[in-house]
Amino acid sequence: MADSWRQPRRLLLLAIGSLTVFFLVAPTLVIVPMSFTASQSLTFPPEGLSLRWYAKMVTDPQWTGGFANSALVAVLTMLLSTVLGTLAALGIVRGRFPGKNGAYALILSPLIVPVIIIAIGMFSLYVRWKVTGSAVGLVLGHTALAVPFVIVNVGTSLRTMDRNLELAAMNLGANPSRTFFRITLPIILPGVVAGALFAFLTSWDEVVVAIFLTTTRFRTLPVEMWEQVRQVVDPTVAAVSTTLLAVTTTLLLLILVVRRQTPVR
Amino acid sequence: MLLLRPFSPRSGRRPHVGLSINRWALLALPAIGYLLVFFLVPLIVVSLRSVTEFPRPTTDSLSNYARFFAAEANLRVLANTFWVAAISTIACLAIGYPYAYLMNIVRPRIAGLLLIAVLVPFWSSLLVRTYAWQVILRDTGIVNSFLLDTGVIDEPIPLIRTTLGVILGMSQILLPFMVLPIYTVMRRIDPEYTKAAANLGAPPLSAFLRVFLPLSLPGVLAGALLVFVLALGFYITPALLGGPKDTMISQFIANAVQRGNLDWGIGSAMAVVLMGLTLAILFVASRFVRPQDVFGSLDEGS
Repeated sequence: MADSWRQPRRLLLLAIGSLTVFFLVAPTLVIVPMSFTASQSLTFPPEGLSLRWYAKMVTDPQWTGGFANSALVAVLTMLLSTVLGTLAALGIVRGRFPGKNGAYALILSPLIVPVIIIAIGMFSLYVRWKVTGSAVGLVLGHTALAVPFVIVNVGTSLRTMDRNLELAAMNLGANPSRTFFRITLPIILPGVVAGALFAFLTSWDEVVVAIFLTTTRFRTLPVEMWEQVRQVVDPTVAAVSTTLLAVTTTLLLLILVVRRQTPVR
Repeated sequence: MLLLRPFSPRSGRRPHVGLSINRWALLALPAIGYLLVFFLVPLIVVSLRSVTEFPRPTTDSLSNYARFFAAEANLRVLANTFWVAAISTIACLAIGYPYAYLMNIVRPRIAGLLLIAVLVPFWSSLLVRTYAWQVILRDTGIVNSFLLDTGVIDEPIPLIRTTLGVILGMSQILLPFMVLPIYTVMRRIDPEYTKAAANLGAPPLSAFLRVFLPLSLPGVLAGALLVFVLALGFYITPALLGGPKDTMISQFIANAVQRGNLDWGIGSAMAVVLMGLTLAILFVASRFVRPQDVFGSLDEGS
């Protein structure tokens, strides 16, 4: 097809492609150089280079506390949702039960229900359970948002794997649990790891539910940012944003690498 | 496989009759139970609050809804939400369709790079991306200071706290949700069809319009549905980039229940309206759009 392109059409598509990539990527990336500014205000190009805002980020207890809380919540969310999601993927892909379509709709619905409704609902209920303002409440909430990603990723690995390998193991005398841990789990592991990393990211970047489930005593990084960007113009926010972008990009590249390891296909 | 691929519960299995359950099914129970308790019950609690909590005692259980729909300002919020969602959807379609088309015809290596350009923003923090737009658009921001420095303008042009700012930010944030479903559907179109059209004498434009475009429509519908529904629920972006006139439903809900107002009745009523609208749109759309085109499309495309 490519050789039949006429030149102007090719140029037009090239222009559209580059402009779209620019629109997708450039606006976000401007904060990276700006975060290294030496001045009190954010300017582009930055006035002088310094790491002072990064220094503030790693020393100011508000920000360091936010980092610690976010990491704690994201890791716990990742663990809980990976266990729940991996089991559920096995149940959905291989299970046979009435109401399966309904169950699948329930599992996907956290992706589509407007997050503000989820947030005020969780707040209403969790406040009665006295789990707001702590890691517990936020992990409970974020896990509901993260589980669908694990289920979908693990489900994909399960659908594409060759089940004859399991039959072979059973024929050779392995019991079901040995078959699962020695055959099935290693094969679907890339899907499990990718799902786990997505679950981590879901929690790590989540703002709206976190706004409602945190308090001034227990705040995550995105909530701290949200409070700051509405009030003051502090370049520390740019430093924090750059750090968040770096974490996201690293994890995504990791997921790409992990996904390549899939033994099937 | 970066995000979602459907594993349709029905696919590849013969329909079976009666109540048959196998042991694998038990493994789905913990997650289903979890979501019922920690996700669905909260939504039910919101619905209940909308008909049980009132700022003043009343016997009319629907008075919160009556109160909401009685005020013209509230209806403007509703109308504005639809308007912004519609414009964002159109903008995403106008930018996303040619981009997906490009991804579909370039060499796989370049298509992979174009895909990464969609996926990295897709997974980046929405708050960070909105903040970046704030830095660009505000009166002392990049655009205005550049135009001031070069003497094009004498005083900052209003970009932030405008509908334009909201739509710019939302379209950029939602664009991946449009590109990915369209691209997935395009990849399934057999190139032989357009070749056949060309061999039969169709000029490229009419081969595209009469053959390729109709075949790609399921992706367009899926992308448009996803973008529109997600746009209806946007909160952070309009709050940071819009002015008071640009308030969307989600902001209304958040404002209603937060410090200073604490009017949970009307906030929950509004949440129920938003949830109802979302479900109604999904229900109507489910007649035209296959769920796997919506949820199954966000895929590495390997």
